[in-house]
Amino acid sequence: MSHLNDPQAAERPQFRRLQEKNRLVINFFIDGQACQALLGDTVLTAVLTCQGAIRKTEFSGQKRAGFCLMGACQDCWTQLESGERLRACSTMIEQGMHIVTNLGDGDKYE
Amino acid sequence: MNEAPIIIGAGPAGIRAAQTLVKYGVRPIILDEGIRWGGQIYRQQPENFKRTNEQLYGFDAKKSEELSTAFARLIDKADYRPESLVWNIEQTRLDIFHSGRSTTLNWKSLIVASGATDRILPFPGWTLPGIFAMGATQVALKYQACAIGEKVILAGTGPLLYLVAYQYVKAGANVLAVLDTAHLSDQIKALPGLMNQPKQLARGMYYVGWLMTKGIKVRRGIRIVRAEGQHRLCALVIQNERGDQETLECDAVGVGYALRSETQIADMLGCEFKFDSLQRAHIPVKDVAGRSSLKGVYLAGDGAGIMGADAAELSGERSALALLIDQGVCHDISKSTLSRIKQIERGLQRIGRFRVGLETAFPCPNDWIQKMSGDTIVCRCEEITFGEIRDAISESDIREVNRLKAFSRVGMGRCQGRMCGQSAAEILAHFSKQALSEVGRLRGQPPLKPVPAHVLAEAWVPTLKGTE
Repeated sequence: MSHLNDPQAAERPQFRRLQEKNRLVINFFIDGQACQALLGDTVLTAVLTCQGAIRKTEFSGQKRAGFCLMGACQDCWTQLESGERLRACSTMIEQGMHIVTNLGDGDKYE
Repeated sequence: MNEAPIIIGAGPAGIRAAQTLVKYGVRPIILDEGIRWGGQIYRQQPENFKRTNEQLYGFDAKKSEELSTAFARLIDKADYRPESLVWNIEQTRLDIFHSGRSTTLNWKSLIVASGATDRILPFPGWTLPGIFAMGATQVALKYQACAIGEKVILAGTGPLLYLVAYQYVKAGANVLAVLDTAHLSDQIKALPGLMNQPKQLARGMYYVGWLMTKGIKVRRGIRIVRAEGQHRLCALVIQNERGDQETLECDAVGVGYALRSETQIADMLGCEFKFDSLQRAHIPVKDVAGRSSLKGVYLAGDGAGIMGADAAELSGERSALALLIDQGVCHDISKSTLSRIKQIERGLQRIGRFRVGLETAFPCPNDWIQKMSGDTIVCRCEEITFGEIRDAISESDIREVNRLKAFSRVGMGRCQGRMCGQSAAEILAHFSKQALSEVGRLRGQPPLKPVPAHVLAEAWVPTLKGTE
């Protein structure tokens, strides 16, 4: 279990870029940290090539990283600092976006 | 025709339907959720990407080019509206969400080509970051040139399992294993049915052979036991071919059990449905031409039963011809149109026999409920567990799936049961000791997918009886 209890593990990128690496660089922010994506990335790709998750669930606070990537499962809804919500798999990343992925720890309802 | 026919979906079915209408001088409105046309199967990469069609679609490159040519020819003869979500649909009207606003269209005839998503079964830990649906695994590569992780396992069953593995390895991804829940004996048993599409069969066999020559472990007869990890996936525990447990370290899993139809639009329209034992789901009823039970509503492609992309092209064309004939646009059907209709219907029948073969080769596991632990999440949206669903069924003696939804909230979340509806129905059938066909089907609700509340408020103009 190489990183079962490694707190850093959650911060490692999830997606790995294989091709199309020579695209225009887009500067954006994840939870206030300056990050880089490439033009043509979705918000989900932009975030998951930088870290391991896109959001926390409203109920348990578990981390999620999307699931279906085709706008069906609704498991990658995240939001901008402005409060505007967006579905990360079907929204393209834009220069200067401020994405918030660490909101809330849930109610831990029992 | 006074009101333009509306086509919902611009995948292979929607495109061929549009092409057929345009050919007869009819200008359709094409509504599609995608940024670019193609659906999921021929989903196009963003415009600044440079990979070739061969890289993207492999053996299907030629088909994608033909569709692309067809679309290019019809684009200025149709009213094509990409990034347009149909979030509500009723008799005579539908509501579209596009670039932050909602608009309403009236309709007289509709071709619904709503496509498919992965058929998903839950397992302990499946909500961990790093686990993606099989379709998602392919979309990550096809649309975004990414692998879903550094060390990828592909699991489940269905033809997509081997295709995605092949595409991943070819693109340079590290695929640790391909784990099929089907047995080799299933695949041998399926050969007669699969011979109806010898080219497709040969391709499937080629992918498996190719993977093996590259040293990729292809294993059959496995079951997923659980995923392990705290904030993200770090291992997949499986029950291997011999019935022993094995722990496989990985940081990504693509999983799926073939596909399921996206039927919400047909449902909200009020189309009649029937249970299809092959697909283990309720499917909207249609005739060979694609006519639904409702006048003016036609169904094409995987949204009306999984038949694959080639069948989608055929059924798209066939449903458009039916619409033209029913609306009196084709007054006297020419000999060549008649023979084309026969040709399409024969093609669809042949693919139908192939489909039976595919279900034999890649059966969806039906033993997953017996081994499920109570704390396994079934509904991703609201984190409803297997135990909560089981208890709701027994405490309230529930026998129907919408009642189960009301009592347990399963299927009530943002995805409207797209990811959990199949499992919920199977769990209900199991504990209420009924056949799957008897527990009913989850009903869709507007908005079909989330839209901002202000959009709902603006679009909702109540009409009082007598004031219309």
